[in-house]
Amino acid sequence: MTGNKTVAKKAVRTLAVWCPDWPVIAAGGNAESPGAVVRAGRIFACSAAARLEGVRRGQRRREAASRCPELTVYPDDSSRDARVFEPVAESVEALVPGIEIVRPGLVVVAARGAARYYKGELPLLAKVSTTVADETGHDVQLGLADGIFAAIRAAHHAQVVPPGESANFLAPQPISVLDRPELTDLLIRLGVRTLGDFALLPRADVLARFGPDAAYAHDLAHGFEARPPSARSAPPDLVAEMTLDPPIDRVDTATFVAKTLAEQLHERLSTRGLACIRISIEARTESGEQLVRSWRHGGISTAGFSASAIADRTRWQLDGWLSGSIRSHDGRPTGGMVLLRLVPDDVVPDHGRQLSLWGSDSSGVDDIERVERALARVQGLLGPDAVATAVVGGGRDVTERVRLVPWGEPRETLPGDSCPWPGTLPSPSPATVFPASRPALVTACDGSLVEVSDRLGVTAEPRWLRVEGNSAVEIVGWAGPWPVDVRWWDSRAACRCARFQVTTSDGAGWLLSFDSGRWSVEACYD
Amino acid sequence: MFDTGQMLQASALPDLPDLPDLLESVGVATLTGGLNGVGPDDAVAPIPPVLAPLFPGGGLRRGSTITVSGSSSLVLALVAEVSRAPGWCAEVGSPLLGSAAAAEAGVALERFVRVERPGEQWATVTASLLEAFDLVVVHPPARASQGDMRRLTARARERSAVLLVTAAWEGAQINLAVTRQRWQGLGAGHGYLRAREVEVRAMGRGAAARPHAANLLLPGIDGTAVARGVASKSAV
Repeated sequence: MTGNKTVAKKAVRTLAVWCPDWPVIAAGGNAESPGAVVRAGRIFACSAAARLEGVRRGQRRREAASRCPELTVYPDDSSRDARVFEPVAESVEALVPGIEIVRPGLVVVAARGAARYYKGELPLLAKVSTTVADETGHDVQLGLADGIFAAIRAAHHAQVVPPGESANFLAPQPISVLDRPELTDLLIRLGVRTLGDFALLPRADVLARFGPDAAYAHDLAHGFEARPPSARSAPPDLVAEMTLDPPIDRVDTATFVAKTLAEQLHERLSTRGLACIRISIEARTESGEQLVRSWRHGGISTAGFSASAIADRTRWQLDGWLSGSIRSHDGRPTGGMVLLRLVPDDVVPDHGRQLSLWGSDSSGVDDIERVERALARVQGLLGPDAVATAVVGGGRDVTERVRLVPWGEPRETLPGDSCPWPGTLPSPSPATVFPASRPALVTACDGSLVEVSDRLGVTAEPRWLRVEGNSAVEIVGWAGPWPVDVRWWDSRAACRCARFQVTTSDGAGWLLSFDSGRWSVEACYD
Repeated sequence: MFDTGQMLQASALPDLPDLPDLLESVGVATLTGGLNGVGPDDAVAPIPPVLAPLFPGGGLRRGSTITVSGSSSLVLALVAEVSRAPGWCAEVGSPLLGSAAAAEAGVALERFVRVERPGEQWATVTASLLEAFDLVVVHPPARASQGDMRRLTARARERSAVLLVTAAWEGAQINLAVTRQRWQGLGAGHGYLRAREVEVRAMGRGAAARPHAANLLLPGIDGTAVARGVASKSAV
């Protein structure tokens, strides 16, 4: 895209369909009530009502809450965003074929043919917005302009930019819309504040001073489009394909397949020095249906998808197909998937990333790739669920508080995680938790079994502890009983017991529980 | 070199027909002896400062194999320091270390990968993980063969990873054990466990042959390893 030949190519008439504040809408919020989605402690998206109160993207959660106390905060979940978006994408696709999803909440599509079919651009827009609203109940904002970037900007302003006017439309817009903070911060300090100012700079100087990505941004500011949003088939040997036997119909198995395939594709591209900025995900079901959906990388970038970004998009799409849509006539596939293909539609030379000379100390990226390769190997050996990381959340019990999340799946927090849990034992937590509690005996001086009454009294002072398979040791310190009475409303899951902490003469610490006449050891503080 | 001779007699002679294993065991013994003495300083993994007196040269050499017996908190303290570096740690086998305790000890859980049920493949899985991770904790099955142990020790050395084993292990450079412990905070029928005074003792080969001991709080009141007067003596 650095050559003038591609730049001079006439930008294609593009329609952008944008659902404002999609993460909030997908989480169940709406534009009228203040809501926000938080990612890594900062506001990631907020509703229009929240914005009126002064909530902004990138704010800290606490700051946002102080500006707007009634703010509803939703957890961040990109696969949910993609899943809920699938019906919207489907209903646009039904009207204008060949859509590309830029991110959940934003779709672009070449509009010329469709505009001719619906006898004009305005009738096309009317048709799209009413159809989407009728079929899915979501409001969309539309923009029509020459080129993807201009169309996306036009959608933010809900405008139709006449042919050939994209440059004039973009000129007064602030330079920050390029979404390249490092570049635009510098330009603003240099006094270049709008896209029009930036476009006036000589292209060769921009390229020499800021590099190819900035030169590409410069083209965007001009209203040029280096690549039209149209299908251009990649060489067949780049396509990654996998036959699935047995057919998959569950999201978790699909995730694993998506990852393997994404890695394959990425490796093929990178050995040729290529990166892919648009990818088609194709699937065939047992009954022969063909499902196809395209995803575009950021819409306005020269950097391609990374392996994990390809895997994410594939996972979102499979999730959307398998569980999202409930419309029976054309949505949900009727059987499991038997074939999955990833086709890189649009490939660009990969400018690459300069690794530090002395290993990975400064970047750490190299480390992550090595780790991912090693874990993929272990998952291949033992299955995708065998490799996990732990999330410590809310709960009363040492085992209840820990969730093991399979590697490659998002480490989500649940609503209860940050709430106080009355009845939780204070830290330190036991370092050894037995997978199944081990039977034990707690006896008094006279050798009789110590019991706990219904009113939480201890029948005698605990004196001896005997864990199954070991000899008895003397108890030197004990505390309890602390009652645990959970899920009493559900007869099968209900659990009522009393817990004790005990130290023995050998210095060890134990977590014991007493349940209807039986003692057991839950964990050991070693 | 006397050490090498001993290895030959003790372990390799019984399975004499297995020549490659025998040669490997000689190689292991001589090479590790050399590594303990010399080597660049950047080849040291971070350890909690209170445990430094237990390690020859004051640090945990990358590529070494150590065993920790009788205390999961001690394992977590070592994992936490590497993971804070920031490094990647993994655990193979069950029972898994307590995750809540790990979080309290300062382990970055998103960089601590757990393979709870490797089954028969535990050695293969561990070998794969040693390729990429800075530290791998292994709970080996009781039937672990000497060949597996030697291969994994060699793999750890080759990949400059630390192999931390929670059972007896042939060829480990340092064996750590909690020899004395006393919990604070619990009375007769009241209180909560708060902190634990421990004495950790290190035994090893080569430069680590002289036993060292350290007294510390593990876990301390905040869940991490805290100093409580460090002693180093050569008596047993």
